[in-house]
Formats: sequence, C-alpha cells, structure tokens
Amino acid sequence: MSQTLAASNLLAVPLAPLAGALLAGVLGTAFGGNVIGRRASHTITILGVFIAFVLSAMTLNSVVGDGARFNETLYTWMDVGGLRMEIGFMVDGLTAMMMCVVTFVSLMVHIYTIGYMEEDAGYNRFFAYISLFTFSMLMLVMSNNMLQLFFGWEAVGLVSYLLIGFWFNRPTAIFANMKAFLVNRVGDFGFILGIGLIAAYAGTLNYTEAFAKKEELAQLLLPGTHWMLVTVICICLFIGAMGKSAQFPLHVWLPDSMEGPTPISALIHAATMVTAGIFMVARMSPLFELSETALNFVMVIGAITALFMGFLGIIQNDIKRVVAYSTLSQLGYMTVALGASAYSVAVFHLMTHAFFKALLFLAAGSVIMGVHHNQDIRWMGGLRKYMPITWITSLLGSLALIGTPLFSGFYSKDSIIEAVQLSHLPGAGFASFAVLAGVFVTAFYSFRMYFLVFHGKERFDQNPDVHHGHDDHHGEHGHGESKPHESPWVVTLPLVLLAIPSVVLGYFTIDPMLYGDFFKGAIFTDLEKHVAMEELAHEFHGAWSMAVHALTSLPFILAAAGVATSYYMYMVNPALPAAIKRVCQPIYTLLENKYYLDWFNENVLARGARGLGTGLWQVGDRTIIDGGVVNGSWKIVGWISGMVRWVQTGFIYDYAFAMIVGVFALMTYFVWLNQ
Amino acid sequence: MGLLSLAIWIPIFFGVVLLALGRDEQAGAVRWVALVGSVVSFLVTLPLYSGFKLGTSAMQFVENTSWIERFNVNYHLGVDGISVWFVILTAFINVIVVIAGWEAITRKVNQYMGAFLILSGLMIGVFCALDGILFYVFFEATLIPMYLIIGIWGGPNKIYAAFKFFLYTLLGSLLMLVALIFLYVKSGGSFDIATWHQLPLDGPTQTLLFFAFLSAFAVKVPMWPVHTWLPDVHVEAPTGGSAVLAAIMLKLGAYGFLRFSLPIAPDAAHEWSGLMIGLSLTAVVYVGLVAMVQEDMKKLVAYSSVAHMGFVTLGFFIFNPLGIAGGIVQMIAHGFVSAAMFLSIGVLYDRMHSREIASYGGVVNTMPKFAAFALLFAMANCGLPGTAGFVGEWMVILGAVKFNFWVGFAAATALIFGAAYTLWMFKRVYLGPIANDHVKELKDINGREFFMLLLLAIAVLAMGLYPKPFTDVMDASVADLIKHVAASKLN
Repeated sequence: MSQTLAASNLLAVPLAPLAGALLAGVLGTAFGGNVIGRRASHTITILGVFIAFVLSAMTLNSVVGDGARFNETLYTWMDVGGLRMEIGFMVDGLTAMMMCVVTFVSLMVHIYTIGYMEEDAGYNRFFAYISLFTFSMLMLVMSNNMLQLFFGWEAVGLVSYLLIGFWFNRPTAIFANMKAFLVNRVGDFGFILGIGLIAAYAGTLNYTEAFAKKEELAQLLLPGTHWMLVTVICICLFIGAMGKSAQFPLHVWLPDSMEGPTPISALIHAATMVTAGIFMVARMSPLFELSETALNFVMVIGAITALFMGFLGIIQNDIKRVVAYSTLSQLGYMTVALGASAYSVAVFHLMTHAFFKALLFLAAGSVIMGVHHNQDIRWMGGLRKYMPITWITSLLGSLALIGTPLFSGFYSKDSIIEAVQLSHLPGAGFASFAVLAGVFVTAFYSFRMYFLVFHGKERFDQNPDVHHGHDDHHGEHGHGESKPHESPWVVTLPLVLLAIPSVVLGYFTIDPMLYGDFFKGAIFTDLEKHVAMEELAHEFHGAWSMAVHALTSLPFILAAAGVATSYYMYMVNPALPAAIKRVCQPIYTLLENKYYLDWFNENVLARGARGLGTGLWQVGDRTIIDGGVVNGSWKIVGWISGMVRWVQTGFIYDYAFAMIVGVFALMTYFVWLNQ
Repeated sequence: MGLLSLAIWIPIFFGVVLLALGRDEQAGAVRWVALVGSVVSFLVTLPLYSGFKLGTSAMQFVENTSWIERFNVNYHLGVDGISVWFVILTAFINVIVVIAGWEAITRKVNQYMGAFLILSGLMIGVFCALDGILFYVFFEATLIPMYLIIGIWGGPNKIYAAFKFFLYTLLGSLLMLVALIFLYVKSGGSFDIATWHQLPLDGPTQTLLFFAFLSAFAVKVPMWPVHTWLPDVHVEAPTGGSAVLAAIMLKLGAYGFLRFSLPIAPDAAHEWSGLMIGLSLTAVVYVGLVAMVQEDMKKLVAYSSVAHMGFVTLGFFIFNPLGIAGGIVQMIAHGFVSAAMFLSIGVLYDRMHSREIASYGGVVNTMPKFAAFALLFAMANCGLPGTAGFVGEWMVILGAVKFNFWVGFAAATALIFGAAYTLWMFKRVYLGPIANDHVKELKDINGREFFMLLLLAIAVLAMGLYPKPFTDVMDASVADLIKHVAASKLN
C-alpha cells in the first residue's frame, strides 16, 4: 500500500460534495428556511465538487505515476453470521479514472447550471441534488465491496428520481421519474440476487476476497438445477446493469428521463450514472470471465440495444431525445465490448463517451436556451450564425460520436468493433453486424440533427406552437425577442472544456488504457479463452497509424456514408425524408411507437399488476377470507345460537317436557350401564 | 426495583395518575405530565443498552420473585439480545405518540394519554416476561387499552373495528393459553419459559404446540391469511393508535415465535417451515400487489406492513443467522418506518380530514418541509439503502438466497412491489400541481410536528447508516437460538 494514497484524502472526495449538498439542501431551501441565497448555494456546491475533482486528479496521478493502490475498510457496517459487511474504498486504475470522469463532468455541469437554471425557483435545490448525486456516484465507484456498491447504486437511482421529477408540477415529469425508479428496481431485483449468491457461496462481499474464491465458484452448480452457479450470478448481476445502463428491454426509462432539466441529462443520463452498469461488469470481470453463457448474453443484449435504439434516434424531433437514443445506442456498444471480454475497451469508450456525450447534451441545452425553450429541431436551423461556440463544440462532439479518425470516440469505437470481430462467442456474428450497421445509423442521426439545428434555412420563427418544447419552464420568458442568441460564458465555458477531451483524449490514452497496464489488477481477462484483446494488441502500432489505417476501413466508410446521406436528405433534397416516410409507413409507425414496448409495459405489465392486485384484494381478501371464513364463522356462531335460542321458549311446559325427557334418558343410560 | 420493573411500571404509574386526576379543563397540564412520564420512561430504558453485556445469550437485568405460589407463577423478568431493543423501541415510540397527539386530541385527553402510557408499560412487560403466565397476562392486557383507544378516539366505524381487533386477537390467543397450561403440566409444574426450552417433547406434541402458538402469533403479526383485521383496524384507529399498533403491537406476535414456537418446538418448526415460508412469501407478493391498488392511504400502509412483516417471518423460518437477525432488524426498522408513515398520514389527516389518496395532489407545493420528511420515509418504506428499511430486507434476502435461490427470488420481488405501491402513492399525494383548494390552503408542519418527524428521521437514517450496534447486541442470542433450534428435542 502506497503512502501517496491516504484514507483521509480519499474520504474527502465523496464527503466534500456531500457537505455541499447538505448545506445547500438544508439551508438553501424551504426545508431549512432559505437561510442562504443562490450565490452561496452554488459557491458551496461548486467548491465541494472542485475539491473532489482536485483530489481525484491527484489520486489518478499517484495511481499512474507511482503505481499506488488502495484497498481498506473504513468501518464495519455490520457483522452477522460470519458475513462481514463493510464500507471501504478500493482505488486502482479503474476507480481513479471513474473518479476523475465523474468529478470533472460534474464540475462542468455545476458551472453550466448557473446559467441554465438561472431563472428557476428551485435553483438551490437543484445544486443540492447534483452535489448529492456526485457523492453517491463516487461512493459507487470507489467501493471495495458489494454492499457499498449497492448503496451507491440505489442512491444514484434516488437522485435520478429526484432530478427527473425536478419540475414536480408537470404530470409527464412525475410519471417519468416513477417509471425510471420502477424499471431500475426490476434491474436491482436481479442485482441483489446476484450479490446474494456471491455472499452465500463465496461467504464475503469484499471484491478481492470474492474474486479469490472464483475457482471454487466455477465448480459449483446452482442447487436443484443444472446451471453453472457463476452463470446465474453473472446474469443476475447483469440484469442490474441492464436497468442502470438502460439495456434492452429495461431501457424504456431513459428516453422519458429527458423530462428532467438538461444539465442532469448530461451528468446522470449520459456521462456517469448510466455507465454504472458498464463499470460494475468491468469490476466483476473475474467472475464474468468464468461464464461464456453470460458473456454471450451480455453481448447479444448489447448488440440489440446498440442497433435498435439507434434506429429510434433517426425519427426523433426532440433535440434531447435524439441525444438520449444516441446514448442508449452507445451504451449498447459498451455492453457489446463487455461481452467480447474487452472490458478495458468498454471502459475506454465509457470515458470518451462521457466527455463527448456530456458535451452534446450541454450543447443541446445551450441551443434550447438560445431558441427560447423550443426543443423541436424542425423549428431550428441556421443557428451557427447566432451561436458560434455552441455550433463549433457541437460539431466536434458529433464528429467524436460518429468515430472520425483522431477524435476520442474513434479510438474507443473502432476498438470495440475490432474486438467484437475477434470474439469467438456464438453471438459475435450478430453483434459485429449490429455494431457496424450502428456506425452508419449513428452518423446519420447525429448529422441529421446537426444539419437541422445549425445549418439550412432559419425556421425558428415558424414554429406553430411555441409551447411545444418540454423545457419551457419559464412561461413568461423571452417570447418577445425572436432572434436566437449565444448563451452566457458559464454555459459556453463548460462546452469548450468538454470539447477538448472529446477531441484529444483518445489519442493520448488508448495506448496505456488498452495495451498498457493502466487497468492492471482491476480488470481481468482470461487470455486463453478470450483472445480478442491479445490480437488487438498485436495489430496496434500506435494511435497515429491506427487513425491512418482507419481511413480505408469499413467503419469509416460507413460513417462517411451516413453523414453524406443525411446531408443529401436534409440539406440538398429536404422533400425526400417525407417521401420515404410515406413509402415506409409501417416501419415508421413501429419506430414511432418505440417497438410498442411502452405500450406493452403500460397495458400488460402495469395494468396487469393492478388488475391482479384488485382481484386478490376483492376476491381473496374481501370475498374468501373476510366474506367466507371470518364472517362465515360469525354466521355459524349466529346459526348455533339461533338454534339454542329456539329451545328457550319461555314456556314452563316446554322446560318440564325437556326435563322429563332428560331424566328418562339419564335413567336409561345408568340402567344400561349397570347391566 | 430493577431497571425492567421501572421500565414497565413508570409509564403505567403515570398513566394511572393521569386517568385518576386528569380533567379536560387542565388538558395542557395533562399533556405535559404525559410527556414527562413518557420521556422518563424512555430514559430509564437507555441503561439497558449501555449496560448490556455483549457476547452472551444469557438473560440480563433479571428479576425473579414469586407471584402466585400456589401455581408456581413468578414475576420473572429479563432481557436478552433479542428482546432488549424492543423495550427501548417501545419507550421511544411512546414519546413520539404523546407528541403526535398533542393538538389532535382535545376530548378526554387524560384518558387518551393514560391509555398510551399504560399500553407502553404493558408491551414492555411482554418483551421482558420470562414466565409463561406473566407473558400471557401482559400479552392479553395490551388489548384493553388498544381496544379503548380505537373504540373511543377512532373513526366513524370504530366500534366494528374495535370488536374485530379484539375478537380476532383474543380468539387467536386462547389456544396459546391451552398450550401454556399443557406445558405447565408437562414440565411438572413450571411456568418458566427457559425450562420449557429444555423440555423434551415428542413430534406430535410439538406439532400441536406449534400450531397453538401459531394461532396466537400469526394473527398478531399478522400473517397471511389472518391479516384482514389489520387494514380495517388501522383505518378506524386514531393516528397514535395506528402508529403503536404497527410499530410495536405487531412485533409482539413475531417476538412470540422467537420466544416460544422456535425454541419450545424446534422439530415442529423445522417440519412446518415450508408452510411458514410459503405464507410469508404470500404476504410479500400477494399483499404487495393488494397494497398497490388501495385508495386509502392508511389501508395502503397497513397492507405494506403485512408485506414487511412477511419478511420477518420469512427470516425466522430459514434458520440461518442472516435470516433470523434480519427478521429482528426488520422488526425494529419497521417500528420506526411504519410509525413514521402513519404519523405522516396523521399530519395530513389533521388538516384535511381525509385519508383518500384522491383528495390530495401537489402537497409539496404547500408543505415543502413536510414533503421532504415524507420522501425520506417513503424511501425507507421501499427499502432504500442508507435507511432503516433497507437493512432488514437486505439481510433477509441474502439469507433467503443462501437458504434457497428461489425463495430469495420470490422475496426480492419486494424491491419492485414495495417501490411500486410507495412511490405511486407518493406521486399521487405529494407531487404534481396543486389538486384542489383544500391542498392550496394547507399549512406546513409546525415546530412540534417538525421535531416529531425529525426524531424519527434521525432514527431511520442512523439505523440505515450504522446498524452494527443493533446487530451486535442480538448476535450472541441469535447464535444461541439457532444452535438450540438445530438440536432435536425428540427423545
């Protein structure tokens, strides 16, 4: 254990944002009587996150520079039946990278929020929430055990719930946040079972101790079945990841989560929280490596998500929803990489994606502000003239997203595609088709949005319904002025600061992260069974030559074709999309209805559960138990007492008759007895 | 006088004084006396924790004097790791309930406060009694104040509810009395529970005893299918009555399983554990679904209590440390959380005189402070980590997965159902635009209500963030119980 990492420093990383959140949340809101104002709230919370970021950067520095590692328990949460449950930190390359990504994006979002939420009455509450989120996410990534992982997992879910429903007077927002929480709970249901199986059969919740027992686990079957225990464990854990990282079919909550304010869409629903599932699987790589079945499952789910969510991005007209479906698709890419045992590639894409997708979301928010809270890209156009910084940074983000050589996204995405092609799992064929086709789709929808927003005719004054957008929370604001305007510096500064890593980070980090020993000890790949990473390393001759090679490769051609197609359809021949839509009406309807999954969930699952509940209540509780058994026994008592009452007539001769019969019966009995 | 006697008799003494001397003209003084009485009663229970010796399963703070010599009945008190927290919890909830009834109760204040103080002492007696008859007397005596609380300060249908409550639970416990007398005879004239634990019994006898105790405890918990009294009673009971009923009285039944059923009839407990697990899981799943469709907030929380208590009995009958300790932790946690849920409903009811979810909507707009507390308690109710509600569920689910994956599978559905019914209610009551003029005129909680909810919030968070003090205390007793239950009593 290195001297450079101290428990107190590490503890300060999550606690600084927590302190900020508590101060702003208690003192800055009606709960504590609005003691402190807006300036104090945002100063305190930004300071907290800034401290966390600086300490995270120092941590990363000592992890990379000195090879420092940390794995210690802070306190014992409980100790029951030989199972110790603890709170503690583990710092290695994976953790340090996640800490930096989380705190950096969070810091950007905090600054951005000053401008974006300027006119909102819940300003202080919002800062408290996003700082609380930062705390929760840091607890999640810094954990050295599954209890704390689960704590962070649920805590980020709580904050996500609070933030999606931030504008709690909107019926759509409070529906979306409940939906998000419940769908995530379906994932958590699997997750807790996976953790439970590890606790039961490895006898520990500590990562290191559990991984040390993986050989024993690999020998076991789930009692009463013929299933390998590790397969069940990994699939259960992955169901948790499917909820949090919005994988098909548990992805349905993420598009609706766009009801929340844009800064949190960037922070939570693009850059950090939704990648928690990817992080978790990478962290659990020693277990996943034991089960090809589970890996195959992971890969297929990821491939479905990557391709089919991309299709949905094509037909969206809400600027935030385009980016949301793009996020789903990119999360699918990461998941595919996990399935191909290329965990480091998945985490690498997680990192680059965090920057360029946070950038794209924040840029989308800047656009929304610029056009006075309209979100419909059909009523934008030509904005590059009015919002130059937003325009340039969006272009850079989009280029990174579609995988333009030399940009960050290129290195991570191309590595994923190659890793999948090298995988020998049965699902790899479908997966490599999906990720390749996805490249075209990604390029198409990204540049469709880009062209519609920043180029072409100015259409922002033709919007028939100015209230159409979802982010129109300032009703009184700005409909008098018609020209779009660039956002203030607190908004554009984060865009610029996020654009830099979106462009250059991949170039500098691909070598150490994928082929060096940055993730040594954190991510485990069984090289004998899964050769993808080794072959990738074999083919890799530096970041520059990888970019040059890519210029003639299929993914680049597909991406270019996607951009060209969208240019033709939305710039050259704008009548074409409508014509295609008429011809392909059934497909369009299918996409419009999001493959009918929401319909299914609402009408079959939710309504079914309510119907079942009503049935059990009315028939089971009311009719059978209360009506039949409880009231039935009262009725029997009543009936017996009725019979007895009938005997008591009150007439002397009745009683005399009964006495005589009784005496006669007794005498007969005794006589018979004495014989 | 020992600490346990003080814990039992101080609240009863204050209650009797209030009943005898209190008048509605001096309601103010009556309230203060009640508060002082409940706080003193709570303070005398604290040395039970600080002076509790860890690492032993022996009874502590024991008092033993003869009570009815003719039948060898003793006034025998003591606590172990299983029962000590319930003494403290009962006294704590009693303080909260006195504060809760401060303004809402204006009629017969002395009787209301007196009934709760007496009830608190009697319930502590149940947890401390080590003599079968003493236990039975306390167990049954608790019915009387609760019957009066529901029958006098209850809602429009209070008489029906009070009767249903009384008859349901009294009928259940009659068989228990038979079992106690049988054990007295069988053990050669002893009502000592510890003696009964060691008594060898054959299989059929154990089964009969097991079901006799089950009839008493299952009704009290309540387990499915004898749970239908609980929603009806909660709906009619005053806020404080609901809080005490959910927080403490239901635990008397669950506690009975640990003190009687499991150690006295271990072989029968094993034999019938499949049935018990089945009933518990039915409570979790079936009642979870039923809770979802309730339109009355109190009914919803009542059904959610049944589902949560299903976790308790599930934990007990999987016979591993996580399960049994988890069940006890869940009992304590549910004590805090269900009390908080019912008191929150009471805060709304005091203002709007409606428990219908449909009467509300957008309460957060007019009562932001209250809504923050309500959110915390809602999250605790659906078992969010960091709150008390999580700890027991987590332990029981982990224990159940260890016992049998599919039992764990069914239990873990509570994660979904619990969140569904709690958050759907939270959404309809608190979130959204202001629904009507009544909600528009709501006043946020005053200092008294804030303080009361704050105490519960601290308890809920403290237990969620650091449950070790709770589990450490029960560790040795749980281990001993498991060892005892694992050994067969068949000759």
